[in-house]
Amino acid sequence: MKILSLNFLTCAVKACKSSSDSYPLHPKDAELVQDEIEVNAQLLVNLLPRLDWTALSTTATELGFPALPPQPPSAEDLQADDKTLRDLHNLLMETQIMEGKLVCGNCGHEYAVREGIANFLLPSHLV
Amino acid sequence: MEYLIRFSQLHETFRSAEIQAIAVIEGVDLRVISYSDESPFCVVRLPSEDAARAIMRRSVLAHAIYEHWGTADTYDELHPIIKRDTAHLWPQYVEPSFKMNIDAYQGSRSSSKKQLALINSFSYLPFKGPIRLSCPDQEFTIFEQWEFDAVPLNLPSPLKVHFGRLIACGVRDLIHTFDLKKRDYISTTSMDSELALVTANIALAAPGKIFYDPFVGTGSFPIACAHFGALGLGSDIDGRSVRGDGGKKSLRGNFQQYGLEKLLGDVFVCDLTNSPVRRARILDGIVCDPPYGVREGLKVLGCKDPESTPWVVEKGRKMYRDPAFVAPKKPYSFMAMLDDILNFATDTLVDNGRISFWMPTANDEEQEIGVPTHPCLAIVVVCTQVFNKWSRRLITYRRLPDAEVDLSALAQQKKMKHEAQTNGINADDLNPFRRHYFRGFKSEQDLTDDAATDKILNTT
Ligand SMILES: [Zn+2]
Repeated sequence: MKILSLNFLTCAVKACKSSSDSYPLHPKDAELVQDEIEVNAQLLVNLLPRLDWTALSTTATELGFPALPPQPPSAEDLQADDKTLRDLHNLLMETQIMEGKLVCGNCGHEYAVREGIANFLLPSHLV
Repeated sequence: MEYLIRFSQLHETFRSAEIQAIAVIEGVDLRVISYSDESPFCVVRLPSEDAARAIMRRSVLAHAIYEHWGTADTYDELHPIIKRDTAHLWPQYVEPSFKMNIDAYQGSRSSSKKQLALINSFSYLPFKGPIRLSCPDQEFTIFEQWEFDAVPLNLPSPLKVHFGRLIACGVRDLIHTFDLKKRDYISTTSMDSELALVTANIALAAPGKIFYDPFVGTGSFPIACAHFGALGLGSDIDGRSVRGDGGKKSLRGNFQQYGLEKLLGDVFVCDLTNSPVRRARILDGIVCDPPYGVREGLKVLGCKDPESTPWVVEKGRKMYRDPAFVAPKKPYSFMAMLDDILNFATDTLVDNGRISFWMPTANDEEQEIGVPTHPCLAIVVVCTQVFNKWSRRLITYRRLPDAEVDLSALAQQKKMKHEAQTNGINADDLNPFRRHYFRGFKSEQDLTDDAATDKILNTT
């Protein structure tokens, strides 16, 4: 599962949606891999305004990446500065959680990630 | 300038939807001058030859586009039109090599003598270049549109004739490139390559965009979206379908087969009613073929009757971390699912982002299931694929910017949704399509008649 997806996903439990603690989910025992993917600048520029930068910073720190700048780069920054573009690409698109868990900070539910695929199906008592 | 599109005479109601969507993607002003579902010929106005080429680079349903030199009911009327309207174009085609084609739709010009005579009737065109049958500089085509069954009826002349200069061909080859028969991993519900590509076109999949399929199965839609440059995301309630057997026989394997892995966003396992997707305006498009529930009835997460089977709930509480745990599911209404899809689209699509989804319906008007609506979504186009007793529609909506949404309609919709909570009904009641499917699309009256006949037969 890509770090980009982690920015788009939250706890599946309905009661958690209103709690700010349910997002982002916290990786636990995460095994990371780095894929090599060609940089897609157009995609990153489009994605930029849709990212929750605070959540992305939390995730990056939790996974041991260097701290992100407090403010997201602008589209112009991305186009002008190749390093900023590459770093963001590496974090969002190339980094994958292959095995591990994603934990909700509100209800504590753990979602398993196996072979890069996260499972968000809930047992009956949480539906 | 006017251009003549030669369409494939299949999936008729999808054709103008496809080229209009491509025009939106390419930022080209396209106006349809003449179009009919009964004809493979369509005349459009476009600003330039480049625009015509841009449309063809993505069109799956068009064979080719031509500079339109004339259309008439007869050749006697066509020649004066060509002389009147295109003489100023002729000088540039005097020198180049060229070829003349005849395309007789539903008719035949089998004898080469007749073909030659027909081509010779255009000899007033001052083309002096060498005739080349392969790779000529220019290709001109005489199109004839014959009445259905014209050949066995031995009709003397076509209904309409057109003439045009070839500009560019469409990309019908993609149908073969993505053919399911050659794909490593498919299931019975995988969408065929042609309609998956058309769906991606109509939903405006393009480079830099993010597309999501909440019923992804083996990945037909995200693959088609990725072909057009979008990042494809997908999820499914059935984890086995996305994982497959691993390696080549998996959704990821399919992306790898086509060299599209760089545009595979992610796949995850979830249920639309309890979706982990953040309710924020993050998606450019949603494309899906929701499960019809014809074979097994629709399922959604949950325990059907937690009061009398509390152990099912209890097992989930204790066992959910076990990789072998299968989350229990309960029946789900077709209509409730459509509601969930539209609400999800409303919450997650960017302004003017599109959702295109497939939905089955009966051909009989009385049993037809209406096109669902939502105050935040404007219907762009409804295309229909007709089978013997039922049809399926591709319904496409555009997410209205909030400023354009009718707030009173939105309040009304929320109220009705609250009142329409369905629970404890059996799968057939929940799914009008399934009910009709198993009754062979007979009307209620037919069924009463059948019951009466059965009674008579049984008593005699
Ligand atoms: Zn939670």
